[in-house]
Amino acid sequence: MLKRLGSWDVLVIVVLAIVVIVSSATVEGFASARFWGFLLLDVIPIAFIALPMTLVIITGEIDLSVASVLGLSSAVMGQMWASGVPLPAILPIILLLGVVCGAMNGLFVTGFGLPSLAVTIGTLALYRGLAYVVLGDKAVADFPFSWTGNMIEALPGTTVPWVALVVLGLAVVFGVVLHATPIGRALFAMGNNDQAATFSGISVARTKFWLFVLTATIAALAGFFWTMRYASARADNGAGLELSVVAAVLLGGVSIFGGRGTLVGVMAGVLLLITLRNALQLADVPADTLTVVTGALLIISVVGPNAASMIRARLRRRPPAATPVAGV
Amino acid sequence: MSTPTKAVAPLPTRPRGDVRGARRLFLVRELGIALVLVLLIAVTTIYNPRFLNAQSRKDLMLGASILVVLAVGQAIVVITRNVDLSVGSVLGLSAFGTGKLFLAVPDAPIVLALLAGVGLGLVCGIVNGALIAVARVPALVVTLGTLYVFRGIDHSWAAGQQINAADMPSGFKRMGTQTLLGIPILALFAIAVLLIAGYYLRSYRSGREMYAIGSDPAAARLSGIPVGWRVFTAMAVSGGLAGLAGVLYAARFGTLDAAAGNGIELQVIAAVVVGGVAIFGGSGSVYGAALGALLLSTIGAALPVLRIDPFWQQAVVGALILAAIGMDRALTARIASRLRGRRATGA
Repeated sequence: MLKRLGSWDVLVIVVLAIVVIVSSATVEGFASARFWGFLLLDVIPIAFIALPMTLVIITGEIDLSVASVLGLSSAVMGQMWASGVPLPAILPIILLLGVVCGAMNGLFVTGFGLPSLAVTIGTLALYRGLAYVVLGDKAVADFPFSWTGNMIEALPGTTVPWVALVVLGLAVVFGVVLHATPIGRALFAMGNNDQAATFSGISVARTKFWLFVLTATIAALAGFFWTMRYASARADNGAGLELSVVAAVLLGGVSIFGGRGTLVGVMAGVLLLITLRNALQLADVPADTLTVVTGALLIISVVGPNAASMIRARLRRRPPAATPVAGV
Repeated sequence: MSTPTKAVAPLPTRPRGDVRGARRLFLVRELGIALVLVLLIAVTTIYNPRFLNAQSRKDLMLGASILVVLAVGQAIVVITRNVDLSVGSVLGLSAFGTGKLFLAVPDAPIVLALLAGVGLGLVCGIVNGALIAVARVPALVVTLGTLYVFRGIDHSWAAGQQINAADMPSGFKRMGTQTLLGIPILALFAIAVLLIAGYYLRSYRSGREMYAIGSDPAAARLSGIPVGWRVFTAMAVSGGLAGLAGVLYAARFGTLDAAAGNGIELQVIAAVVVGGVAIFGGSGSVYGAALGALLLSTIGAALPVLRIDPFWQQAVVGALILAAIGMDRALTARIASRLRGRRATGA
């Protein structure tokens, strides 16, 4: 069992390595340092939100409202900046906004016992709707260059943006918490069996509540970064990003049913998704084909492990384990 | 064979004794939405009587028709504890395909366009269903993937091309605007789909089995229901209906590009959930889903009349979803505790 899980992560990493090697050899401009700088800037919002999303999916829940929280935080930023609030004062308000949005998700899921899929589809519409209420279809773009420029600044002597390093550091923290602490083991336990986890003394509801708060807070921060990176606050910023984040997490080998997955796999999944897209873009493959590739990768990532385990089960001449077919 | 099916289905064909509570729940759900809908229309009409004149009645029905067709398909899928996120992409593919068909064969009969659209949707649905039933992959993930894949195919097929209303034969465009006895033809399609699906789910054994699967997939399998096959059918039907919705979309709007129906999947799921279909399957009805679709599109039409900033629309939809699932949970909990009480007293 453990061996198989490990091998999916390894496979994603191997595929990533192959894509990188083949692309640098065949696609012009792929190996350039400048290109990698841009690549990393593109990957940051997805990678950042994928960190808490991994934990949420491992506990067997899902949060589809992240992109809307990102949009709402961008809209609130724009409106406040337009009415003269300085940026250092806006940042804590954005964080608070994330906490409130996440607390609302968490309350509905853990307090009222509602399925997170339905709740976060609801708040996906609600938060995005509020973003439009706050800013309408205007765009606020007159942010000072001292902030917007600084946000995409590279580390001295390299083309690596400093924010990428921050996300990498956070990824290490998340990885250690998930794989080497009691908290992480508790998350896996609830993903495998909520009730068993409760009976072994884990406060499932409280942990899940704070996970939703964490996820939305990070999504709100990602909204701050997004707004600075593109120097534009709009209500529709990041629309549809939730699908990319979920796709990246699942591609990284996290089970949608919860209880299985690794953070290294997820980071490899995020990088694979973005690298492949950018390589194809550089190779002048039309954008529509990229959409097909993203979707196909996602399907392969779930069909692959399932098919492998089915074949293995058949080889052992045992009937395949009854996995739930109908499941959301 | 049929006994276990009845035992797990929340809405048996012949309600008896302790399941009458469930039947009442059915009524509460549907009537609740209908009441909200009537209230909304009443308030809006009092505010501005023109809201219910012939033209805007027609617009209201036209706007709801496509969403109702999609919601019926989605309801069947959700009842089996699955979900189909790819409907917007299938709609786009089928709408563009319809346009292409009329470009290639300008005097193609309307029936051919309908068959082609439904067929195209059916193929998409079969792909979804096969992946879910054969490869045993959760529907959420598969249809999230095919949402991208179908939309991507649509885009590369269109290659930036736009089909204009002038390219469509006038007979086909008339289908999108004409009325029969005061009801738009598109709405007649939606009503027919709704009645057929409603009758099937209520009165056919395989329809009842859809509920059984959604209530408890493992129990359904143990009682001999071909779970994989039923789920496959539900996905294929949802694809076919999304294909039909694409043809209706083409008839209504005439001007088509590859972005048709982009993002509509969330509206459809919202309609289904607001209509009282439980997101984890096993309960609800297509009538509720259709009422949900009607309510959502009426809100869209009513906000500007009530002089509420149209930017509020999406926020209202979100709040409605939360209210609907919250209310549903409260009702279910009440019915469950009542059932327990009755059983405990031996009644």
